[in-house]
Amino acid sequence: MYPPNFDYVAPASLDEALSALAGADNAKVLSGGMSLIPLMKMRLVRPTTVIDISRIPGLDAITDEGDHIRIGAMVRHAQTATDPLVNEHATALAQAAAATADVQVRNQGTTCGSIAHADLAADQPAAILALGATMVAASVRGTREIPAAEFFVDTLTTTLESDEILTAVKVPKGGKSVYRKLGRRGSDSDYPIAAAAAWVDASYGTISDARIAITGVSSKPYLATTAAQAVVGTDGSSEAIAAAASQATDGVVVLEDLYGTVEYRTHLASVYVQRALEDVLQ
Amino acid sequence: MEVSISVNGTNHSSDVEPRTLLVHYLREDLGLTGTHVGCETGYCGACTVIVDGRAVKSCTMFAVQADGAEVRTVEGAANDAGLHPVQEGFWECHGLQCGYCTPGMIMSSIALLEENDNPSEDEIRHGIEGNLCRCTGYHNIVRSVQYASAKLRGEEPQGASAEVTT
Amino acid sequence: MSTTSVMGGIVRRKEDPSLIQGKGRYVDDIKRPGELAVAFVRSPFAAATVNSIDASGALALDGVHAVYTIDDVRHLGVTPAQVAVGTLRPLLADGAVKHVGEAVAMVVADDRYIAQDAADLVFVDYEPLDAVVDLKEAMADSIQVHEGTPNLLLTWAGNAWWEGVVELPDPAPGIQEAKERDDAVVVSLEMVNQRLIPTAIEPRAVLADWNDGYGSVELWTTSQIPHAVAGAIGATFGIPSNKVRVVAPEVGGGFGLKLNLYPDEFLCCFASKELGRPVRWTETRREAAVSSIQGRGWIGTATITGTRDGKILGYELDAICDMGAYSQNFTVAIPLLGLFVAPGQYDIPTSYALHCVVTNTPTTDAYRGAGRPEAAFYLERIIDVFAREIGMDPADVRKANYWKKEQFPVTTAVGMTMDSGDYETNLDALLARVGYEELKAKRDAARAEGRLLGIGLSTYVEVCGFGPSALTGLGFSWAGYGLPTAFNGSGVVRVQPDGTCTVTIGTGPSGQGHQTTWAQIVSDGLGIPMDDIEVQHGDSNDSPMGVGTFGSRSIAVDGSATFEATKRVKEKAAVIAGHLLEAAPQDVQFADGGAHVAGSPDRSVTWAQIAESAYQPHTLPEGVEGGLESSVVFSPPNATWPFGSHLALVEVDPDTGDVDILEYWATDDCGNVINPMIVDGQVHGGIAQGIAQALFEEAIYDETGNLLTSSLADYPLPAAESLPMFSLDRTVTPTDVNPLGVKGIGEAGTIGSAQTIVNAVVDAVSHLGVKHIDMPLRPKRVWQAIQDARN
Repeated sequence: MYPPNFDYVAPASLDEALSALAGADNAKVLSGGMSLIPLMKMRLVRPTTVIDISRIPGLDAITDEGDHIRIGAMVRHAQTATDPLVNEHATALAQAAAATADVQVRNQGTTCGSIAHADLAADQPAAILALGATMVAASVRGTREIPAAEFFVDTLTTTLESDEILTAVKVPKGGKSVYRKLGRRGSDSDYPIAAAAAWVDASYGTISDARIAITGVSSKPYLATTAAQAVVGTDGSSEAIAAAASQATDGVVVLEDLYGTVEYRTHLASVYVQRALEDVLQ
Repeated sequence: MEVSISVNGTNHSSDVEPRTLLVHYLREDLGLTGTHVGCETGYCGACTVIVDGRAVKSCTMFAVQADGAEVRTVEGAANDAGLHPVQEGFWECHGLQCGYCTPGMIMSSIALLEENDNPSEDEIRHGIEGNLCRCTGYHNIVRSVQYASAKLRGEEPQGASAEVTT
Repeated sequence: MSTTSVMGGIVRRKEDPSLIQGKGRYVDDIKRPGELAVAFVRSPFAAATVNSIDASGALALDGVHAVYTIDDVRHLGVTPAQVAVGTLRPLLADGAVKHVGEAVAMVVADDRYIAQDAADLVFVDYEPLDAVVDLKEAMADSIQVHEGTPNLLLTWAGNAWWEGVVELPDPAPGIQEAKERDDAVVVSLEMVNQRLIPTAIEPRAVLADWNDGYGSVELWTTSQIPHAVAGAIGATFGIPSNKVRVVAPEVGGGFGLKLNLYPDEFLCCFASKELGRPVRWTETRREAAVSSIQGRGWIGTATITGTRDGKILGYELDAICDMGAYSQNFTVAIPLLGLFVAPGQYDIPTSYALHCVVTNTPTTDAYRGAGRPEAAFYLERIIDVFAREIGMDPADVRKANYWKKEQFPVTTAVGMTMDSGDYETNLDALLARVGYEELKAKRDAARAEGRLLGIGLSTYVEVCGFGPSALTGLGFSWAGYGLPTAFNGSGVVRVQPDGTCTVTIGTGPSGQGHQTTWAQIVSDGLGIPMDDIEVQHGDSNDSPMGVGTFGSRSIAVDGSATFEATKRVKEKAAVIAGHLLEAAPQDVQFADGGAHVAGSPDRSVTWAQIAESAYQPHTLPEGVEGGLESSVVFSPPNATWPFGSHLALVEVDPDTGDVDILEYWATDDCGNVINPMIVDGQVHGGIAQGIAQALFEEAIYDETGNLLTSSLADYPLPAAESLPMFSLDRTVTPTDVNPLGVKGIGEAGTIGSAQTIVNAVVDAVSHLGVKHIDMPLRPKRVWQAIQDARN
């Protein structure tokens, strides 16, 4: 309940923030704080320095960049959920943001923060995986781009280096996507027990490309590659969808917890792949 | 650290430790004890206040993050004209029992109605999903928000007598 | 809405204006100059020897005033309890810890942040031991929680412990013979009634201020029983209880968890005494999960023996009840409350064995319903199983075994006398209102389309309104257990010199709206407007001696005391008014905020005039004492027995097991009703907590005794989206054990609801072969049950 002491800095520019991060031992970046602050209150995380990036101008925008949309580090879940650009071009992300936690958390927490935190059951990582997004990571060493597929390593672990800040997510336009979940308190309430985001490109009738991402099921949100392959080249028939659903957990280790056994989660992953595909192909 | 925070329209300049949570700043430093603490994981919402127009959980925010912000708490919900329609709704519809979740519930409901003055029952339930109540089963809270919504839209609100079994 | 009312009217609550403006004063809102803050060092092990405690690092920290261990407080004895059976809790761990979260050391510092910093620096050397968590394993006694003491504390079955208090007959005869009948149908099922964490939204909090000058202590605490706390503190510290002022101000939800005597209350007094400063402790939520009591925690086998015409020839329950590591306030008495209602609303031979067993887990005690939801759950679930087995409608099976209205008062198979009841009328009212036959048709039609709809019914009777002091205090001399306290209800009605009225009561609300309901009783009696009546409670110095708020008892007992006190004040006021009006007292009538002579409304006096005279005794008639006040202690001849019928329609998602409650109806009967709005509210909240048990909540321990559900992230309280609107109605069957004819409604909703939902979900999937699913019916369990039935 009562966080340990720390030094607090609120830089006015990204460069300043990156320098502070590079120069500090055991620093944490604070955007919305919805994951960091509870962990600090339980004293499970004890940073010596907290770098609050909320005062840096320009990070709170969603911008149209032609072939993609760019979501800045300080864009809150609520903004992602309601933004017309995101709803039009990255529906799954808007839906995942809308299904994240509750109103207050959506008002304060950030999309990039959720992605960087990489909870194994977070909503939005599944959407950005399915959408084929790119992470923009900055440090004093420069800026690099990381494909979503290479970003998530394990529970609470990403390829972000300790001196890097996730400054934006770039989500390509094109195709259609949805996000469907079963929450711990039923329907889409609370963290997902299992959820799936599906993206398809079916501009010319048959499905020319597809990506399916699943969260809440394994130690990280993952791309169900073989499941997606099962619908590529088809017209999205119920057989194709069933084939995809049956491969939802191929190659992954399914986790068990208070809300689901391995058998149940494996089944749910299939159900939600099926539901997501049915929705997106409607 | 020096912070300057407007709370219910009054500016406060204070020296706080970085680790001081906004809720403790409000309760301990400013003596505004209407904002409550019910958990430490950001689940219960008893600590909900409105910061720069957005309902947030003040137990999951450092006071330093609110530097320069405008904060509204339950103490500022009523004005010279009387109770806020949401407060009135909670009173008329028995939307509270022990009252501990109530300040947070009221602030979330105010924020909800500021965005959507005519929410459906589902939208109300969705809008207060971040506020846990252990006493009411939410039934009368939903009705309280409906009351406030009607009142804000200039319609005749329905109090407890519209429904209660007699 | 009117601001004055007679009883039975919908009146806005008097307590709300402060609460909706954030001006309510809960313990954590009350500040004392110079106060210090406490953090506890708690055990990470469920069973361990404490070899040593090194507090030097903590004591070296700036702002730390003390670190206390058992060595500092052992002389104070153990934590008092009202039912002192089994192993009582030391104030701090004494050489060993018995559950995760047991307090080992107490840090006192300038503020809460520093206190926590210091607590992190206290080093405790533990030697972990094997823990026992599983109830059947605990019964086997191979690992003893308290070495040398059998885990089985006692079994509630016959009348052994109870002699002289309640006469329980021997286990019902004839059940064994019934089983041997040719036409006997026997159904039997082992079911879990899982552990719950009560989770009032206000965490517990304590603020102690010891004053050496006065030789007294003030304690603000989140308590349902301030008088008992005062008695216990006086006895523990060896000071008279009138030197102990315990205040329970606004209490943010109780549900039984604040019906206890907790070590921290005594420890904060101790620290304040030692340090000469006020000392505060406020529970964190994760702490609450292990430092406050939990509820339920039974595993039992219910058996019904009956015949195909629906007649029940015997009901048996054999259950192990989890006491946790220590006996606290009522711990072992909770199953007994279940036993009191074992046969439910049925005239059936009943045999019960409830084994109270200790485990290496936090203590269990009263949680809303306290024993009665468990009893109703087992009975009403197994009746459903029986009805399905014999192919009879579950409503008809219940009716075939009900006590009939004209039989009351009845003595049940467990020797309890029930005051009044009309179960069939109540159930019929519910079935008619929901359109039971149409609903069944709707369910069947949906099922034909592959949708899984289910209807669940439960009826219940509860025992509450405690009660006769012999029952409430269990007939013991509690002073002998270090706990001198009261077991009666009380009410003081005083008309002030300005004609307003102050009511003080021996019970206090934690959300139940006492201030409003009591003001209605007094306003109705005296004709003084609601706005002029102030109801005070929760201060052991100023409130009349009372036992507190629990067991749906306040209105039946303290409400009745207040009703009687009101009558007496009115009688005296009639004498005074008669004197002022030069009329006989019997000709004085009260109306419109004053009194007048019958037939002459213009010959009148106001309450202020009556009161003015009362407080100037020379103006009173010869022989009339000054003052206008009455204090009444009330102890009813029996507890009360409310009842009701609940029905739910649910839909199960066959692919995920997710349960959606489509409709929920309840028809309760709590006798006469004073404020129907408040009564409805109590039912809403009670149902929500029953649904929470049915679908969502469970305190889960791993085999080492570690609690896996200590935060709200893992212990999912229902949110607004999780619950439906509730459709309520009532029948009214008054009781004659108190002058108000009221029975109590605080726990009814919880007692009726959990099994209503389970019955509905099982109904939705029974045609697939599912017979039972243990609570909570999380999607994974429902889905698994369907899979298991299909295979």
